Amino acid sequence: MSKILVGLKRVVDYNVRVRVKPDGTGVVTDGVKMSINPFDEIALEEALRIKEKGLASEIIVVSIGPADAQQQLRTGLAMGADRAILVQSDSTLEPLAAARVFLKLIEKESPQIVLLGKQGIDDDNNQTGQMLAALWQRPQATFASKVELDGGKARVTREVDAGLETIEIDLPAVITTDLRLNEPRYVKLPDIMKAKKKPLDTVSLAELGVDTSTQFKTLKYEPPAPRQKGVMVKDVAELVAALKQKGLV
Amino acid sequence: MVKVLIVAEHSGGQLNPATAKCVACAAQIQDAQIDVAVFAADAGAVAQQAAALQGVKRVLKVENPANAEPLAAVLAPQVAALANEYTHVFGPSTTFGKDLMPRVAALLGVGQLSDIMAVESAYKFRRPVYAGNAIITVEAVPDKKLVATVRAASFQAAPQGGNASIESPSVAAELPTHTRFVSRSAAATGRPDLQTASRVVSGGRALGSAENFKLIYSLADKLGAAVGASRAAVDAGYAPNDLQVGQTGKIIAPELYIAVGISGAIQHLTGIKDARTIVAINKDAEAPIFEVADIGLVGDLFTILPELEKAL
Ligand SMILES: Cc1cc2nc3c(=O)[nH]c(=O)nc-3n(C[C@H](O)[C@H](O)[C@H](O)COP(=O)(O)OP(=O)(O)OC[C@H]3O[C@@H](n4cnc5c(N)ncnc54)[C@H](O)[C@@H]3O)c2cc1C
Ligand SMILES: Nc1ncnc2c1ncn2[C@@H]1O[C@H](COP(=O)(O)O)[C@@H](O)[C@H]1O
Repeated sequence: MSKILVGLKRVVDYNVRVRVKPDGTGVVTDGVKMSINPFDEIALEEALRIKEKGLASEIIVVSIGPADAQQQLRTGLAMGADRAILVQSDSTLEPLAAARVFLKLIEKESPQIVLLGKQGIDDDNNQTGQMLAALWQRPQATFASKVELDGGKARVTREVDAGLETIEIDLPAVITTDLRLNEPRYVKLPDIMKAKKKPLDTVSLAELGVDTSTQFKTLKYEPPAPRQKGVMVKDVAELVAALKQKGLV
Repeated sequence: MVKVLIVAEHSGGQLNPATAKCVACAAQIQDAQIDVAVFAADAGAVAQQAAALQGVKRVLKVENPANAEPLAAVLAPQVAALANEYTHVFGPSTTFGKDLMPRVAALLGVGQLSDIMAVESAYKFRRPVYAGNAIITVEAVPDKKLVATVRAASFQAAPQGGNASIESPSVAAELPTHTRFVSRSAAATGRPDLQTASRVVSGGRALGSAENFKLIYSLADKLGAAVGASRAAVDAGYAPNDLQVGQTGKIIAPELYIAVGISGAIQHLTGIKDARTIVAINKDAEAPIFEVADIGLVGDLFTILPELEKAL
């Protein structure tokens, strides 16, 4: 039976109010809570449901990042993944390089489905899955809100600007998740204990031999321009007056 | 010399306004030559609309029955084939462009710059990260093709009045059959389009039901506004997914945005930070939405909305 590969990116938790460092070299990450990218949690949940339906045999979670990304992989194992691979890299990879890493792992593991998030909530790139599908020369179904497997095919409903779109793709393929695909399960304490015994392999980026050359350089980080302080009105009449004054109604 | 190829987005024979924003973005690069490519089964009407945009030199029509629906896997090899003679390839940062452009980039063996919000030079741009909590200035190496998506809300549409030539180049690309279009369900609302409307009324979790959400539609109709929603309202089924505003929904820049019963989570605010005037109606005076609101009113939406509608 088939394997599913799931990407778990370690990112600043979505509840953290991210602040730019005063010297503009990045954002403050010291002492900040790190988590699995929310879209990746949804990807893993979907993989687990597919396996629970008997449509997959093994789920492998993958993170490309620093040694600390083991925490996120352990959480993934506690949610129910079978094994984990950490591709250790101390510098951040551009999405094209991340896609090349996934392609290497695909060559080794031959998964039927690669489930990634639609975007990392740190860089907001929204690229890796599409790039991987191109390099792999396989279909992509991005922004998925529903996945139905049918033998060697999948029917995927996608959240698009106009509403919902359904496409049919041949497997193997890359699927990227949108928010409404599912609601990820909570991890239970006994599962955390069990997860400690599950295999977690570490490979170095160099071992994989991927091209990690960069095309982009971030010159500086700035906080967004602040909005002007607004006014509070006390009732509807004042609200309408304020709107009229601005010429808005 | 900078030559920009822009991939047009369209549906139902209409050019999507995001394309004119991409043209405006490209036109900010000094001495850029701008061409627009239209992929369709029948590209005639859309090509004409693209040719009428100021700043466009040529419109390239690529007509093929396989291009009837915008499938990234089918379009990407064709865009890549056309991209040869260009230094830059741009698409809109809509679900169409987000799906397609990274696939094009990877076929060309290059990376992508997502969500351009400002142009500093041909290879230097600004873009938001961390849901807009930081703006970064990024420089790309000049010896690689630059594939990018353009954040439509950051640019004024290129004006009409252009007169580009329309050509039909032949495109040699093998098209995959592993991806097939099945269906699309778009609610035809008769209301203004959320992404381009000058006024938007949005509702949040506080509405409590799809039935109550009609209060939002009703106020919107009175104002001739489009309707938006928070993620919580969409998740709860009060409003359809295409109305979601925010980091993972639509990024909009209306003249007037009225947020009703929306707390103002970071992920929501990133979608409205370019709105000219933000009005917030919320019963909690401490709600973060008031930190960005130009006009705030603390109170119960169920009494305020009917009053407001009557007063307008
Ligand atoms: C990865 C990720 C991506 C996300 N992307 C988005 C996105 O794109 N867009 C988005 O919106 N969210 C997004 N979210 C969710 C976001 O974090 C918030 O959960 C969501 O925006 C909350 O919606 P809300 O303001 O409607 O609900 P709540 O936060 O529950 O706020 C409801 C508000 O209504 C007020 N209220 C209640 N009753 C009344 C009343 N009778 N009258 C007046 N006011 C009342 C309350 O005071 C409260 O402030 C994302 C989250 C994650 C993790
Ligand atoms: N370093 C990484 N480790 C694991 N998964 C990743 C990594 N980078 C990207 N991905 C996957 O690709 C998706 C899209 O990321 P991005 O293109 O950076 O927005 C993420 O949601 C992950 O599933």
